[in-house]
Amino acid sequence: MTPVLAAKGLVKRYGRVTAMDGADFDLRPGEVLAVVGDNGAGKSTLIKTLSGAVIPDEGEIHVNGERVHFHGPLDARRHGIETVYQDLALAQAQDIATNMFLGREKRRPGVLGAVFRLLDSKGMRAEARSVLDDLGINIKSMTQPVETLSGGQRQAVAVARAAAFGTRVVIMDEPTAALGVAESAKVLELIGRIRDRGLPVVLISHNMPHVFEIADRVHVHRLGRRVAVVSPGTHSMNEVVGLLTGALRMGEDGTIEEVGVTTGLNR
Amino acid sequence: MGRRGLAIIAAGLLAFAASGCTSQKTGSGDQPADGGRIKVGLVTKTDSNPYFVALRDSAKAEADRLGAELIALAGKFDGDNEGQVAAIENLVQQGAKTIMITPSNSTGILGAIKNARDRGVLVIALDTETEPKDAVDATFASDNTEAGRMQGTYVKAALAGKAPKVIMLDGTPGSTVSEQRHNGFLQGMGLKDGDPAILGVEATNGEQNKAQTATENLLQRDASITAVYTLNEPAARGAYGALQAKGIAGQVVIGSIDGSCQGVTDVKDGKVVATVMQFPKKMAAQGVQAAVEFGKSGKKPSGFVNTGVTVITDKPVAGIQSQDTAWGLQNCWG
Amino acid sequence: MSTIHERGFKERSEFILRTPAIGPAIALAVAVVVFSVTTDTFLNVDNLSLVVQQSLVIGTLALGQTLVILTGGIDLANAAIAVFATLLMARLTLESGMPGIVALLLGIVVAAAIGAVTGGIVTGFRLPPFIVTLGMLTIVTAVSRIYASGQSFPVTDDTLGFLGQKQYLFGQIEVTFGMVLMLVMYLGVWYALTRTAWGKHVYAVGNDPEAARLSGIHVRRSLLGVYLVAGVIYGIAAWQALGRVPNADPNAFQLGNLDSITAVVIGGTSLFGGRGSVIGTLIGALIVAVLRSGLTQAGIDNLYQDVATGVLVIAAVAVDRFSRGRQR
Repeated sequence: MTPVLAAKGLVKRYGRVTAMDGADFDLRPGEVLAVVGDNGAGKSTLIKTLSGAVIPDEGEIHVNGERVHFHGPLDARRHGIETVYQDLALAQAQDIATNMFLGREKRRPGVLGAVFRLLDSKGMRAEARSVLDDLGINIKSMTQPVETLSGGQRQAVAVARAAAFGTRVVIMDEPTAALGVAESAKVLELIGRIRDRGLPVVLISHNMPHVFEIADRVHVHRLGRRVAVVSPGTHSMNEVVGLLTGALRMGEDGTIEEVGVTTGLNR
Repeated sequence: MGRRGLAIIAAGLLAFAASGCTSQKTGSGDQPADGGRIKVGLVTKTDSNPYFVALRDSAKAEADRLGAELIALAGKFDGDNEGQVAAIENLVQQGAKTIMITPSNSTGILGAIKNARDRGVLVIALDTETEPKDAVDATFASDNTEAGRMQGTYVKAALAGKAPKVIMLDGTPGSTVSEQRHNGFLQGMGLKDGDPAILGVEATNGEQNKAQTATENLLQRDASITAVYTLNEPAARGAYGALQAKGIAGQVVIGSIDGSCQGVTDVKDGKVVATVMQFPKKMAAQGVQAAVEFGKSGKKPSGFVNTGVTVITDKPVAGIQSQDTAWGLQNCWG
Repeated sequence: MSTIHERGFKERSEFILRTPAIGPAIALAVAVVVFSVTTDTFLNVDNLSLVVQQSLVIGTLALGQTLVILTGGIDLANAAIAVFATLLMARLTLESGMPGIVALLLGIVVAAAIGAVTGGIVTGFRLPPFIVTLGMLTIVTAVSRIYASGQSFPVTDDTLGFLGQKQYLFGQIEVTFGMVLMLVMYLGVWYALTRTAWGKHVYAVGNDPEAARLSGIHVRRSLLGVYLVAGVIYGIAAWQALGRVPNADPNAFQLGNLDSITAVVIGGTSLFGGRGSVIGTLIGALIVAVLRSGLTQAGIDNLYQDVATGVLVIAAVAVDRFSRGRQR
């Protein structure tokens, strides 16, 4: 099975700091893949590289088996990869419909659009409305500025935007980090619905219960590279935590072993 | 963003202030400044006002003729006391033997002048007097109060018995020249501030655009005016523009002061009835001559040397000495 | 009961938020009413026409300024650029005998080029617009003075003076071409800002440049476009200035940059970027002109007029802050 999105040997250095140190990645069709890792493990850099916001120094990225080069977020988008950033990348003062179509506005047909560049505001509002309805997101007016929405509603708008335009992959960076219990549950539900439509989702999260609730596989990131991929069905939360802190490690054969406390000193 | 924005603004203002004054060095720049050439400093109010440009150019020409080196500096705007103080200090540092200055505010720069004189520098005020007058060694100027008075006397005569209904277009609020001309005009008209014959007083900063707006607004209030006092010729042009738009330009006597070539042309064209000409070139030339004399013999000029003012008009009235615009165009500046 | 009230209030405050020109429009209406009552001379067709004419130059400068401020920048050089353009236009027709239309277009092109250079420095070196335009202000002012060498240049050419020509509507309402042009320009920029993707991007960049970039907007291209368009507008402001006062003077509009910012701020556009409207700016420019005219006719000293304008600026910024604070 060809991965929808894969990466091999990604390296990114910022001065003397190495944020990615030969990171691998692969995402299978139709799955929710959680990416977990401690703070500073380089998850963010990995995700930004996959979404085109960071250009790696070394390594390869493949979409559906084909090698690609991203020079910016737009390139990734052209390959059908949409990202929901942690700070959502919404223009707070602008309305929902404008935000949904920001950077890819629809113009009116004919002379009005071609010559006068007139936007099809009504069409975009209707489309935004239908996307939100499809995903079961309940927001009254498409002309409401984003800053008047609750945190969960904003998250929903950003997710809906990604779902509407993403044809291959949706990447979500900490979608539940800023939300309360009820709102988090709604966002997880939303992720499930996106998967049900056949769109694979990459979920970056710190929240183990959330990860274990929704993910099909868990990618564990540590010190700038992937150290393990496990399934929530076969591994426990404690094991994943052990892997990402370095207390445990996964052997060549896929078994998990303890890292001796004294190993470091003896070597 | 807020605090960072403020910091940026503060930094910007500092940079703006630090650029303080602008300088222009004239004289034959290629030659090394040999010890023999007398250094003469000139500090004008601004380096953009045509009046001061004429003054500077004339000083440079005279300096070249007499083999002296002129270093011309200027404030950034009319009233830029700090800029003028910095300019004086820089000139003293550069070893100027004489500093000629058109003081922005009569009292604002006395300290710097005193320091310069204590170091043996000859300081000459051009165009504007300091207060007290003996803060400088000598003053080469025309009397601005006198210039205002002549405008007032002429306008009163030109009204020929018509009741005076005057609007007054002043310069920058607080400027000495503006006040002296204003007061002189009232003396010449025989009026006092607050007289009902004065229909309005507006500050124009000597700018045509502001003068036009001010006149338009005053005319809205009362269009029965008969005379306009203007501090300078750009203000007179602004007043004329407003009166013309209202269709009453011919019925109102506009007086002015300065004697720029454009101003004299306005008199010739009948837009302005009379302008009182000053002679910045004469002031500058006489100042440079005194400076060179001081450099050679150590002899200092002293007192107030009046370079005079002359009414320029093509409609002379009895009892007031005046010259016509043909003479004016030969003697104008700028 | 109380919930209905609260809801009504919330909707109303949202309406005000989304329609930033409402506050300034009320202020303008109040000012007009006050001067109409307190003076006999304010409320008549001639005077109202005059007030509009007096707002043309600053109003046009403020239009370009609004674009820059919407992106979160500020333009201190706008008036200096316009003044330089007036000098070019006037001197070229006067001394080189260049046809007015050519000189006019050349002046506008030069103004646009200065705007493009400004935008290029802001985007290319990622420098704060405040500093870049402060530098531009100093440079362009100096270049103007060098070019003018202490002279001012009367305008004799009909094309250059065209905007000052008066027509009479219904036989009595005085209208200049400059008034028509300003209105057309405001409508044009309003359309571009609210009805095209270009405008949506300008707002988004001002709101949050990083979010705009991640949304796939070419932030630099958008900024560069804004400074270029603003430059063209300043060039047209130069034409307006020559129509109003047929004399190009290097000393004119020395505070035009601050006056234009005043109009923008009074018009309800946020100095933090991303919020505001050009309609508000138009009203802001009119408010300043109405205050000046009305207070003069009420016989109030110049300096108090400045006090009144200053109070309005602070009030406008306070309202901006207050209304946004309420949202959070």
